[in-house]
Amino acid sequence: MKWLAKLAWKNIWRNRNRTIITMASVFFAVILSVLANSLQTGTFDNLVKNVVSFYTGYLQVHKAGYWNEQILDNSFEVSASTKQKILSQQNIRAVAARLESFALASSADVTKGCLVAGIDAEEENNVTGLKQKLIAGSYLQAADAGVLLAQGLADRLQLKVNDTIVLIAKGYHGATAAGKYAVKGILKFGSPDLNDKALLMALVTAQDFYGAPGMVTSYVLSLNETKSLQATATTVQQALGSNYEIMTWEQLMPDIKQHIKADADSMRYVLGVLYMLICFGVFSTLLMMMVERKYEMGMLVAIGMHKRLMMLLLLIESLLTVLAGCVLGILTSVPIVYIMQKYPIRLSGESAKAYERFGFEAIFPTSTDASIFISQGLIVLVIGSVLSLYPVYKVFRLHPVTAMKR
Amino acid sequence: MNNTVIDVHNISRVYNPDTIPVYAVNNVHLHLQRGEFTALVGPSGSGKTTLLNMIGGLDKPDAGTIIINGMNITELSPRELVDFRLHNIGFVFQSYNLIPVLTAKENVEFIMLLQGKSKQERDQRVQQLFKEIGMEDKLNVRPAQLSSGQQQRVAVARALASKPQFILADEPTANLDSKSAANLLDIMALLNADENITFLFSTHDQRVINRARRVITLVDGKIASDTAAVDISQPHKFETV
Repeated sequence: MKWLAKLAWKNIWRNRNRTIITMASVFFAVILSVLANSLQTGTFDNLVKNVVSFYTGYLQVHKAGYWNEQILDNSFEVSASTKQKILSQQNIRAVAARLESFALASSADVTKGCLVAGIDAEEENNVTGLKQKLIAGSYLQAADAGVLLAQGLADRLQLKVNDTIVLIAKGYHGATAAGKYAVKGILKFGSPDLNDKALLMALVTAQDFYGAPGMVTSYVLSLNETKSLQATATTVQQALGSNYEIMTWEQLMPDIKQHIKADADSMRYVLGVLYMLICFGVFSTLLMMMVERKYEMGMLVAIGMHKRLMMLLLLIESLLTVLAGCVLGILTSVPIVYIMQKYPIRLSGESAKAYERFGFEAIFPTSTDASIFISQGLIVLVIGSVLSLYPVYKVFRLHPVTAMKR
Repeated sequence: MNNTVIDVHNISRVYNPDTIPVYAVNNVHLHLQRGEFTALVGPSGSGKTTLLNMIGGLDKPDAGTIIINGMNITELSPRELVDFRLHNIGFVFQSYNLIPVLTAKENVEFIMLLQGKSKQERDQRVQQLFKEIGMEDKLNVRPAQLSSGQQQRVAVARALASKPQFILADEPTANLDSKSAANLLDIMALLNADENITFLFSTHDQRVINRARRVITLVDGKIASDTAAVDISQPHKFETV
């Protein structure tokens, strides 16, 4: 069969322009689809990184049932051994304990509901980079008696650093919680929702306020490798047992997940149009090739070449052409994607300001995930291979006498 | 030993049988002995090519049987027919139909590759055939670099490469100038005389008719005349039944 491969190779170059057009359409299709996909994935990864680093973390550990009924009674006792168990799992970078609940916050004349989060200042900074969000005052100490207010909440309550805020809430097991605290600093969150209602205090201060000493409602986890989110959640769940629920950011923020899915769906349509263009490009050249070689094919069958051999010959020719376009496309797209990751598309002007207002860096990086190159290369290869069946079908239907009619 | 190579029994080929039937070949009966050098002549549309296609196993008759070297080819499946053609029939076409990407040698070798012949066998046969067609110096030349006459000689070599029972040639000299046509006919006549190879041509060309030892005239799909000898000094005249 070596001679068949040799003949296929010679046939590929019998019409150099046609082969180059076919290869070029596959080549550019691979580059465009890889770029579109890696840009989309990179932008989503960036979005998730931004959103997750606001507050939520990639994973959260709660007492089983907490997410359905988010009350202090569903808190659990903070434990060094539990924390250690979590930290000993592969892929866990940092853990931060939180005691979260709600309270009515008052200043002189204004009262507003707020989200109170008792945090371990250092741990929280490791997970969400909270210190960077500080725009006034100073950051919390381990057992600080002061609180940090989100900018929107501070504005609403007309409070500044060193002012006093009064909190009243329902505490642990129905106890009444009340206290007054000095405003130690102002934070600016990217999320408008969080910016309007977050109040943060030291974990021990919050435990004292709610009458829940030693209790937390969640551990917030950050990961080394975000791709293995679900696998990490599973291993943490296995390590902690069924008394705890482990939730991914996708479960904690289904709206973000939905947004990404909707955007990915619309990208599928764009890619679909791109794939259609490849189909036309490749198919038109195959069509030309079949018209040009129809007489010759009829002659070859007439002199004794089996149709199955001719089908194989044409399949080798088409696949080699498409494969060459694919490989060249992937090889060319790799450096482009890496360069675009290092030097991402950066918005400027008003658009950039709009992004930055929401706490996002106004950049669109690409993702260098190998699966993008492989999947897009394979999709284009499969399209090319399916189209290669057209000459095979034409040979199957070929009648030498009809084919040799001029 | 039966010396009949082609035995055609009352074959017919009808186009549009359900609407307005047109008999391309109408009840033709014909025998060709080994070593014959026969021209199939007739005006355009007389059924020469259709008859040739059916004898070559490229088309099936609507009625009648064709027996080649003792085998009824009308009963063969399309796949069996391909094998049959590969091993028993050599084709020479009007427009040579060499594969443009292969050299003259590779074109001749191609059919032997299909037959699964060894390299040694192929090389020997190629050398012998190129010697016979007088083109030993053009082995590695591509068809585009050959003249029309040379291309047709390579096509004859290709047809002979598989050592067929007979050669079917459809208007082999139609695209050749006088000198090339004469040269080609000389080669074919020599092969016929020396190696006893059977040739059946369909042709309009008086030069071929003049060289043929037997001329079968087709008119309206029927054999109008069949002569074993013609007066080569006189142009052949088509006769009607």
